[in-house]
Amino acid sequence: MAGTALRGRLTWQQATVTGLVAETSNTRSIVFDLPDWPGHRAGQHVDVRLTAEDGYQAERSYSIASAPEDPHVVLTVERLDDGEVSPYLVDELRIGDEVELRGPVGGHFVWESTCDSPVLLVAGGSGVVPFRSMLRHHAAAGSTVPMRLLYSARSRETLIYADEFTRLGGRGGIDIRVTLTRENPGTWPGERGRIDRDFLTRTGLPPAEEPLVYVCGPTAFVETVANTLVDLGHGPGRIRTERFGGTGTP
Amino acid sequence: MTTFDGNAIAGTLNAVFGGEMTTASGTCASCGATELLAQLRVYRDAPGVVARCEHCDAILMVIVEKRGIACVDVSGFAALEEPTQL
Repeated sequence: MAGTALRGRLTWQQATVTGLVAETSNTRSIVFDLPDWPGHRAGQHVDVRLTAEDGYQAERSYSIASAPEDPHVVLTVERLDDGEVSPYLVDELRIGDEVELRGPVGGHFVWESTCDSPVLLVAGGSGVVPFRSMLRHHAAAGSTVPMRLLYSARSRETLIYADEFTRLGGRGGIDIRVTLTRENPGTWPGERGRIDRDFLTRTGLPPAEEPLVYVCGPTAFVETVANTLVDLGHGPGRIRTERFGGTGTP
Repeated sequence: MTTFDGNAIAGTLNAVFGGEMTTASGTCASCGATELLAQLRVYRDAPGVVARCEHCDAILMVIVEKRGIACVDVSGFAALEEPTQL
């Protein structure tokens, strides 16, 4: 039938922007209305495609920030100064605009509330985005498995979802630990410093509990954390990673 | 140059192979290591996508799309298995 997507076939569809939330000075959440959204799993991605007037196209993959139970698909995008797509999404996009979107995609970096293992989430910077989906999914599904998030950011100003994490923390097995790496002493009562071996030993879940571990952030961050977790005794097969590039140290 | 991993090309792989592929495992023809496609090192600054082995850096896969036609070179793999549902 003309105009009808083949079942299961991944196709581009028009998504309308229905909401914009400034999370930090260079990060914002975009709420989309997608008439034919098939639903997604926590941790999955979508591809966003922009087409210039001359026909030039650029596409990028973004983690979905909303839970499967949420009524709208939300992406949280950080502006990369040399980016082709993110500056437009963060600075230019307005409510009512349309962009092309395809998804959901990805089956590796996902968490289902039916899984009964404890969960350790380790985020560097905007690597926390897929974890908001997982935390919201945990809360919405009424899961009681322990889910602990270790979240490293440079400073208070770069923290995203701070208010929501304050509300979610301590409820139904959710435990959120934020550490700031560049904040001035005396201005932050919580953890300070990078997520290193000492921090993971002190605040992570013990390997003996065989948690499912998810690590997301800049490439160097993810590789350092994953290697340290293996050194501490976590099974490599229990660790799922997602590296989104960049050289920054959150 | 920015490095991503196979998660970032889930959509491209899905469009090319017709289904979710990041949970499929591939064996490197160069060093013999087997990894999920989600774990490949991915470079997308080139005109197209280049995926390299996480262990030996050999080129495993190149995907270039032009005018709606995708050219896919998977000759760096010795084997490419069916995806597993996680």
